[in-house]
Amino acid sequence: MHIHPLDTFQPRESVVHELDARVKLVTALLLIIATALTPDGAWIAYILIWLLILAIVFASRLGVIPVLRRSLIALPFTLAALPILFSTPGDALLVIPMFSRRLALSGAGLVRFSSILLKSWFSVQVAVVLTGSTSFPLLLQAMRSLRMPKVLVAVAGFTYRYIFVIADETMRLMRARSARSAAYNGKGGRSVLWRASVTGNMAGSMFLRSLERSERIYAAMVSRGYNGEIRSLSAPELGVSDVLLCLPVVAALVLIQVMARLWL
Amino acid sequence: MLLSSILPTPAPMHIPDGFLSLTVSVVCWVLGAAGVGIALWRSGEELGERQVPLMGVLAAFIFAAQMLNFTVAGGTSGHLIGGALAAILLGPWGAILTMSTVVGIQALLFQDGGLIVMGANILNLAIIAPLVGYGIFRGVTALIRNRRWSILAAGIVASWFSVVVSAIAAAIQLAFSGTSPLGVALPAMAGVHALIAVGEALITTGALSFILAVRPDLLAESESRAKGWGWALTGLLIAVSITLFAPLASPNPDGLERVAEDQGFMAAALDAPYRLIADYVLPGVSNDAVATILAGAIGALVVAGIAFLVARARHRRSHS
Repeated sequence: MHIHPLDTFQPRESVVHELDARVKLVTALLLIIATALTPDGAWIAYILIWLLILAIVFASRLGVIPVLRRSLIALPFTLAALPILFSTPGDALLVIPMFSRRLALSGAGLVRFSSILLKSWFSVQVAVVLTGSTSFPLLLQAMRSLRMPKVLVAVAGFTYRYIFVIADETMRLMRARSARSAAYNGKGGRSVLWRASVTGNMAGSMFLRSLERSERIYAAMVSRGYNGEIRSLSAPELGVSDVLLCLPVVAALVLIQVMARLWL
Repeated sequence: MLLSSILPTPAPMHIPDGFLSLTVSVVCWVLGAAGVGIALWRSGEELGERQVPLMGVLAAFIFAAQMLNFTVAGGTSGHLIGGALAAILLGPWGAILTMSTVVGIQALLFQDGGLIVMGANILNLAIIAPLVGYGIFRGVTALIRNRRWSILAAGIVASWFSVVVSAIAAAIQLAFSGTSPLGVALPAMAGVHALIAVGEALITTGALSFILAVRPDLLAESESRAKGWGWALTGLLIAVSITLFAPLASPNPDGLERVAEDQGFMAAALDAPYRLIADYVLPGVSNDAVATILAGAIGALVVAGIAFLVARARHRRSHS
């Protein structure tokens, strides 16, 4: 099976890869919800959750470092939470004079900001393991079992199928553009407006190509008997062992939640 | 890293998990699912059995189009999100369907956007952005007579507003979750995206002008599909209200008032000879926030009305 470089699925021989996709999806969602429910500042609970996630990463043989690296993708968004450092009421740890105002960094703000940061980072790691260990078609099948509408699953399947085709076409367009734009300083020549209009033309051209491609695809489907009904293979039976494997994870999560609220 | 140069840049608007409270996430999921459900139904009616292959491939197009960029200056580049473009080319329902598929795949496949907060991302990028873009597009094309200019001008305004309004929605969600105070999130998000939206406007208009030149029948088809004043009117109202409403969200006193307070000459200011809507608070409405919003909306409508009348008058004068 040819896997496009953009695809995030990494085939491996691991327990996690073999697990039923439905179990993995539900467990992943439970992990993320449990992380979100953990109260701010419950540092030991956070460490326990992270150990749980790292155990799953280890079991999936995806490699801890690659997973952590991929999970940093959410990092730029933490800028959005930065103001919470200064706006949460509490004892000021640090005062930064800025223009005519003085920004007070509060201890409570620091706790809240770090909690958001850590929880978000953990959630992304869970998502990385899920997509790294489950091929997208299987994931779609899992979502269908969890009652996602048939048409939506079918559209998503088509999108997945053609993303790489059209992405490759787009990269060829961009390569052609750089090959034809005599660029002295790397910008691509002439004015910003010109560059933007070239990009716009590329988008328009891609749209027309995609539209015509979709019409050819539709014609091919109709000539092979498509009448609008979406048929799919039924999912394999849910193995008891798969469910049993995820029970300890759920139990651990519940335990951590209880502990975080009572003791830690 | 080669992959990071190919992967779509994580747009600041794809909210990751952990930034929204569970309550806000659930509410957004409900709204998002409702919007996608309606879009599924309406586009199914319009397209019939073509729906799956057409929407699927065009969603792939939107995804790939988001990879397109052009250098603005130094290290910055302009990008396309595509909400307005999708709505103009595919109609509102097709746009909602394709954009939500793109958002879903970006979250599931590329971790661009969280799983629990996907409802909010779908609401902002796949429902609000296309709908605002579509409404404004219809509104502006209804105002301008010349077909080519109306489409291009409408494309610029519609795509700009679709990005900014979508960012404002994200700011509101962050504020309600307690992740970022509204007074900071709103101006920051709106401000940053006001710049990003210029790139969007340029690429969208470039695409529209290309399609207008090569396949004008496609644009005529989407025009004839749309009827009635509903979209146009709603779009214009949203545009003007947002422009005038957003600055009111800052709780801090205006620049001049602030300086006046600091320097102690506030007391020297004279009262205005009339007090219609004093201090942007509508008399008679008890809740401060609601009162401010209502006052802003009334102000926006008055300005919109005046602007419309002026535009009509100038249009008539130039054609007589």
